[in-house]
Amino acid sequence: MTRLIGQRAIASLLSLMGLMILVFFLSRLTGDPAVLFLPIDATEQMKQQFRALHGLDAPLIEQFGRYVWDLVHLDFGESLRKARPAIDVVLEAYAWTLPLALITMGLVVVAAIVLGALAAFNIGGFFDRLVSVVSLIGASAPDFWIAIVAIVVFSLNLAWLPTSGVGTPMHWVLPVAVLFVRPFGLIVQVVRGSMLSALTAPYVKTARAKGVKNGPIIFIHTLRNAMLPVITVIGDQAAALLNGAVVVETIFGFPGIGKLMIDSILQRDFNVVLAAIMVTAIAIFLMNILIDIAYSLLDPRIRH
Amino acid sequence: MADALLEVRNLSVDFHTAHGTVHAVRKVGWSVNRGETLAILGESGSGKSVSASAVMNLLDMPPARIVSGEILFEGRDLLKTSAEERRALNGKRIAMIFQDPLGHLNPVYSVGWQIVEMMTAHGRPADAARARALELIARVGLPEPERAMHKYPHQFSGGQRQRLMIAMALMLKPDILIADEPTTALDVTIQAEVLALLKELQAETGMGLVLITHDLGVVAEIADRVVVMSDGEIVEAGTAGDVYHRPHHPYTRKLIGAAPGKGEIRRPDDSSPVLLEIKDLCKTYGHVPALKNVSLALHKGQSLAVVGESGSGKSTLARTVLRLETADSGEALWKGKDLIAMNARDLLSVRRQIQMVFQDPTQSLNPRMSVYQIISEGWDIHRLVPDRAARRKRVAELLEQVGLLPEHAQRYPHQFSGGQRQRIAIARALALEPELIICDEAVSALDVSIQAQVIALLDSLRRRLGISFLFIAHDLGVVRDFADTVVVMKSGEIVESGPTGEIFEDPQQPYTQRLLAANLDPDPDVQAQRRLSASAPA
Amino acid sequence: MTDLTLPKSSQSGARGGIAALLAMLWRDKVALVSALVLLVIVICALIGPTLLGDLATDQNLRGRNSPPFDLERGWAFVLGGDSLGRPMLARLVVAARSTMMVAAGAVACALLIGAALGLVAGYLGKGVSQVIMRLADVIMSFPSLLIAVVVLYVLGPSVPNMILVLAITRIPIYLRTTRAEVLEVRERMFVQAAVVMGARPGRIILRHILPVVAPTLVTIATLDFAFVMLAESALSFLGIGIQPPDITWGLMVSQGRPYLTSAWWLAFWPGLMIVITTLSLNLLSNWMRIALDPAQRWRLEARSTTNG
Repeated sequence: MTRLIGQRAIASLLSLMGLMILVFFLSRLTGDPAVLFLPIDATEQMKQQFRALHGLDAPLIEQFGRYVWDLVHLDFGESLRKARPAIDVVLEAYAWTLPLALITMGLVVVAAIVLGALAAFNIGGFFDRLVSVVSLIGASAPDFWIAIVAIVVFSLNLAWLPTSGVGTPMHWVLPVAVLFVRPFGLIVQVVRGSMLSALTAPYVKTARAKGVKNGPIIFIHTLRNAMLPVITVIGDQAAALLNGAVVVETIFGFPGIGKLMIDSILQRDFNVVLAAIMVTAIAIFLMNILIDIAYSLLDPRIRH
Repeated sequence: MADALLEVRNLSVDFHTAHGTVHAVRKVGWSVNRGETLAILGESGSGKSVSASAVMNLLDMPPARIVSGEILFEGRDLLKTSAEERRALNGKRIAMIFQDPLGHLNPVYSVGWQIVEMMTAHGRPADAARARALELIARVGLPEPERAMHKYPHQFSGGQRQRLMIAMALMLKPDILIADEPTTALDVTIQAEVLALLKELQAETGMGLVLITHDLGVVAEIADRVVVMSDGEIVEAGTAGDVYHRPHHPYTRKLIGAAPGKGEIRRPDDSSPVLLEIKDLCKTYGHVPALKNVSLALHKGQSLAVVGESGSGKSTLARTVLRLETADSGEALWKGKDLIAMNARDLLSVRRQIQMVFQDPTQSLNPRMSVYQIISEGWDIHRLVPDRAARRKRVAELLEQVGLLPEHAQRYPHQFSGGQRQRIAIARALALEPELIICDEAVSALDVSIQAQVIALLDSLRRRLGISFLFIAHDLGVVRDFADTVVVMKSGEIVESGPTGEIFEDPQQPYTQRLLAANLDPDPDVQAQRRLSASAPA
Repeated sequence: MTDLTLPKSSQSGARGGIAALLAMLWRDKVALVSALVLLVIVICALIGPTLLGDLATDQNLRGRNSPPFDLERGWAFVLGGDSLGRPMLARLVVAARSTMMVAAGAVACALLIGAALGLVAGYLGKGVSQVIMRLADVIMSFPSLLIAVVVLYVLGPSVPNMILVLAITRIPIYLRTTRAEVLEVRERMFVQAAVVMGARPGRIILRHILPVVAPTLVTIATLDFAFVMLAESALSFLGIGIQPPDITWGLMVSQGRPYLTSAWWLAFWPGLMIVITTLSLNLLSNWMRIALDPAQRWRLEARSTTNG
């Protein structure tokens, strides 16, 4: 296990480095921050000053060298927009995204497993069809549209929930609910399919021949086997959430990493973009390790 | 008969499938008592497992529906008993083991847990269950029971897994054990051991045994009585000896007649030239040697059989000769030229002369190609028979040659039965007019009666067209009927080789002798005789 | 002596080709409806702009934000009017073209490039395969939003560039699927049988491996079409995708957002169109997964015998 984690860490570190190089140079292709940050009538001299101040006048390769040197000393540079260390800005935003992702994923996993398993056991019945229809629509609807419809219904017409911002627990309801829909739709379909095939597996026959009751057959014999493909999908969906939900965060004015990332890209706040990408990559790396551990706990064939 | 422990009466089961209703079994009746062994004999699709599944309440309903009948256990009709009461009987009074123990054991739980569950599911305390499990794991002959408890199914061999299944089934000392093809996936020597174990345990516990099988040899070895099933009906019933020696129904006669290993042994004629000569062939996978200095010679127009159990390297031999695997060292001389060292262009022309028929025709035929495309593909590759009309004519001829109809050319593989698919595979091999056909377990996936037909077909091709065969097989009966020369392999090495007659009548090596002894004869009297003589010296 | 009778299932599946597929589609009503919906949308995308192009750009200040289901202003206003008084129905039909074009273009490019690289990576030796796979890893771990912004800023936001962006981000999906399938299929017995017969790699890839892999790819592409459409909508919604005067459904939702309180239909209808299209694609893809697999096809063909 530790060897696996070690291999994964090295592979992730390598791809992170590649990613950093790409992002560093590509993001500088998108334009000159001086044009964006200074007033439209700024003189060329002012622009030069701005560039010199932020070290943007040096040749690209030199800028990159300096960036890497600082990075080795755990300095991610300054945010142009906020005039604060980029890493602080990023971690602040992540402190919002992380609970959002965890709460949403927690709810999705519980709901998808319970409903998917029950649907599979009740195959072809009313409940199964209901779950199938709901999950398909969930997997098909664009999140920004659900968000807008939810705002119209729950915030404007019914006035139950705030439209945007953060502060009270009520502010979390709509973002979580909107983010819930798509992963739930996808995962519940995988759970259902995987349960269905597990229920026809020969070892279920053995369990029935042993006189094991239905409850243990579903929840002990079958569910653990059916979870194996589900875990992979959960990992993919969780990774997407950890990347930040750009659209939902933008619509609900939620100060998470997704919103920070898009704002920083649009305003050429390069240091924040790079720091955000690295923090996200580390979060996803840690989550992949959790997925691996979950996998090997569930399936002895991987352990041995 | 009236007071049998378990009796199935007049049972009919329908399956409602996409193609309408299938009568899986019709008016089936059998019974079994304590201490007795009943065999249910039938080929695939005969419905031989259905009544046993009905006893265990394992039929999925729907699609299955029990149309009529009774299943009496101690005089009580199980079909009128509640599901909960039947569950309580399962495992406790009637236990069952299956053909494929790897699939039938849950892969994510330790075998100890699964064996213990047999008792805890019926409300027994866990520590008593553990003690009994340890005792039984030792009894079925596994080393280090304590450690075995903590291992998972994939860490055991096929034979060990079946022993563990048996241990599990015996946890609650059931009155009846139903065994569904328990030895089919096992090597012959392992099969003999498992059957012997079942018999010992039956003598110890006095349980009744219902054994579902397709193998006359297994019936001869273990059954007191037998019912023969065909097409969902019982066509014959009686003691094992009576049924074998005095069959009434034509189907039973056909089945017994098709049992391999009864024909005349051929005496090879070594005057024909050597076609393929293998010299010191070696191959290792990682550190595991698969072939160790294998040498043999195949004469033109003859069939040479390579026999051995799983892991003996016999398939690797075929694959290496065909360059599907690369040999580490050694030579395979095809008409004097080394196949192993041959360049791509020479190899292409040799590929025309050597064809292969694989074990499972379901997998060896491309499911997305029609029979016509499958058979004519070789001509595309080697740029032969360019004329379309000539092609169609030749495909039709080939189909007739292997016992199919010309109009089958436009169909797809999944529309044929297993035996028919293997005929298509043979037609594909024949299309290139090869001099040698390598058969890798080409008949082992087929039912006995189909097997006999395919063997007859291959033999007629050998006689009429002078094709040579390299015949890889584990079934000694088939080899005895078909081969001129036999090579016995074990762990990548040739143990013994010689003319078929010598190997079968006077085996020199202990391993060959064991292999032959473990090979079950379909005649119950012969098996009884063998058992007697095996125990007599002691 | 020989077994000439075919097993029962042989009556089915004898017919090949498109006619059989259509017959199967006819029997599965859900898939049929999905296919018809998609057909209508495709037809709209093809001929809609020619027929309704003028209507869709015709500003009518008296018809600003006119409510739906009011036939007074003519059939074009049945779904209401937008903030400049243009009929929603005509706008939706016109937007269908760029929406479909972006999604179809991106999926087609990603499919072709991904499948070709996947076949090569799967069939050829380890070295080539490693390089291709690492490249896919980098694309996968690269935030697609960033790719989008970079490309669209450097090259300018237009339909072809949008296709390029989305195609790049989707290539790894096809690449990985194709490679995984090829690795599995090349070990199958019928491929080995072809090797034994002397078939060269080109023939094996094209005749034996590709036909087995293709249905999976088509199924994934259908599903992915929905995904790409959602991605394009999201980018357009965020303002970094398609720019006016070009128009897609995602952009329409974005443009309708300021009027949520007064005219909900501005954002609702285009969103609903996206849902309907993706839902149809999902349903059709589920059906194709079975229909394109000869071993499973009987499940669909069989329904006729049970359902009459």
